[in-house]
Amino acid sequence: MDKFEKLSGVAAPMPLINIDTDMIIPKVFLKTIKRSGLGVNLFDEMRYDDDRAEIPDFVLNKAQYRNAEILVAGDNFGCGSSREHAPWAIKDFGIRCIISTSFADIFYNNCFKNGVLPIILPQEQVDALMKDAEKGSNARIEIDLADQTVTSSDGDVYSFEVDAFKKHCLLNGLDDIGLTMEKVGSIDNYEAQLSSERPWV
Amino acid sequence: MTAPKTLYDKIWDAHVAHTSEDGTCLLYIDRHLVHEVTSPQAFEGLRMANRTVRAPEKTIAVPDHNVPTTLDRAKGIDNEESRIQVESLDKNAKDFGIHYYPVSDVRQGIVHIVGPEQGWTLPGMTVVCGDSHTATHGAFGALAHGIGTSEVEHVLATQTLIQKKSKNMKVEITGQLRPGVTAKDITLSVIGETGTAGGTGYVIEYCGQAIRDLSMEGRMTVCNMAIEGGARAGLIAPDEKTFEYCKGRAHAPKGAAWEAALAYWKTLFSDDGAHFDKVVTIKGEDIAPVVTWGTSPEDVLPITASVPAPSDFDGGKVDAVARSLEYMGLNSGTPLSEVEIDTVFIGSCTNGRIEDLRAAAEILKGKKIKDGMRAMVVPGSGLVRAQAEEEGLADIFLEAGFEWRLAGCSMCLAMNPDQLAPGERCAATSNRNFEGRQGRGGRTHLMSPAMAAAAAVTGKLTDVRELI
Repeated sequence: MDKFEKLSGVAAPMPLINIDTDMIIPKVFLKTIKRSGLGVNLFDEMRYDDDRAEIPDFVLNKAQYRNAEILVAGDNFGCGSSREHAPWAIKDFGIRCIISTSFADIFYNNCFKNGVLPIILPQEQVDALMKDAEKGSNARIEIDLADQTVTSSDGDVYSFEVDAFKKHCLLNGLDDIGLTMEKVGSIDNYEAQLSSERPWV
Repeated sequence: MTAPKTLYDKIWDAHVAHTSEDGTCLLYIDRHLVHEVTSPQAFEGLRMANRTVRAPEKTIAVPDHNVPTTLDRAKGIDNEESRIQVESLDKNAKDFGIHYYPVSDVRQGIVHIVGPEQGWTLPGMTVVCGDSHTATHGAFGALAHGIGTSEVEHVLATQTLIQKKSKNMKVEITGQLRPGVTAKDITLSVIGETGTAGGTGYVIEYCGQAIRDLSMEGRMTVCNMAIEGGARAGLIAPDEKTFEYCKGRAHAPKGAAWEAALAYWKTLFSDDGAHFDKVVTIKGEDIAPVVTWGTSPEDVLPITASVPAPSDFDGGKVDAVARSLEYMGLNSGTPLSEVEIDTVFIGSCTNGRIEDLRAAAEILKGKKIKDGMRAMVVPGSGLVRAQAEEEGLADIFLEAGFEWRLAGCSMCLAMNPDQLAPGERCAATSNRNFEGRQGRGGRTHLMSPAMAAAAAVTGKLTDVRELI
């Protein structure tokens, strides 16, 4: 997995609440058996019209946000399905960090598995960063995962919480499966106990 | 004397295989369900790293999302990408030696219907699947939730998940439901009350008389949509109905093992005085037959209400509702019972079980669907389909003018050819009304099977109580 340490980039504002996984990556693109190449279809139905032409009003089609690396989004981002294609598409587009007041549980976990950092901040701080993002490509927002801070283009610093284990894995680009394999003895012991206590499992 | 525990606490504690200093746990997984859409990259990951499936005997695969539901599906899948996904699952199941129900098997169906039907899902288990509606299995008092593809790979390789415990939430539905009100109305009404983020960070235990009174099928409908309320999982304590449902199923324990399992299962309930971090109580008598009007499952109103206005809401919901109404082609103030529909879809992991088909058939008996209406029933599994045929339900659907399909996810998420055209309006028994969910530009109203059947007859959203 790619490491995430610091990021300074353009943030795209998406104030809509309840942005769901069908919006992030519609199901027609779930037929792939690969993880890559989904960026072109990120937010597909919002981004292109029926003739596959870009919809100029959509934020990521605007010149100043085409290279956005951060999203500032409305409440409950990523609700809906478990499709990891959502963070795959986000990452493939070039976005490495999403800031919102809340995220849906499965989407939130999926981000960390893919080097994407979801940041939860209180409403008024998300509102301030949304205004910052609306300034366009001259306003760069800075993220520091080690310090757990977001710095606005005006220099306002906001601290965020993140689970220590998730932070550690993201900072170091660690592979979860490899880490768990180191504890295989515990799993062996558990299975031995299971076969005597709940043999029907 | 230990502190009183919730049902979730008990199942959690029984599955922790390892706890790190920071409190991160390895949670052992008893059943891993797999389908063709979210697994190919996980199996590929195993191959790349030379890893195997740790517990193939606890891993069950079935194709459901992409499969055609038309009667000629033995000829194969036309769409190349869909076909490749299903073929990949065929190959992965064989290569890694996991249990498999191919498209040609009568037991094939939606993974969340097949699991319980075959006795894979049992009380007190941990059940995961790369699908958010894994919450369905919570109806058995199992801790069941959706995971992403990286976690699918992690479970395949290690039979565990890296987890932190969620908080406990209790949703109590007291008293009795009124006639015409079903499990679907309960689960939609709860989401209407708590919102789609109301359960975020929690595992919900549903309880109360109205929940106890539900059949296992109804309980599965309730738990299925826990995810739509934002919860990691939904649970219902097992009882005699649960045990009765499990008994004799293909993969349920038999003989002495059954007795041992039963003794354990009877300990699975929240102790008196157990702590819940959040409690929501709804009177069963207050729940009406409901429909959704917008593009979020929280956009729920009784069928007797009218389309709301953006100004009825606060904060970010104002803009979201304006966008929803435009997408849905609805005007504020229109009575919901005047909204005309084009298509009816009865099926999905939410409402594709035998009881759902019985409820719809009950309304349709001796009636015809409205002229020009497209209506289809997609049973949740081949066995549900066979049972419905045996009970004469299929004849009722066919005589009413419904299409009688083969099992699959179908128009719930429209990955196969069953899709809405732009602007088409559907009365659906599925679980999501998101923009484009049933096809680009398609408009979805969620409701119970009986309500969907009523809508098929009248051609508009209809209060089922007028037809019973």
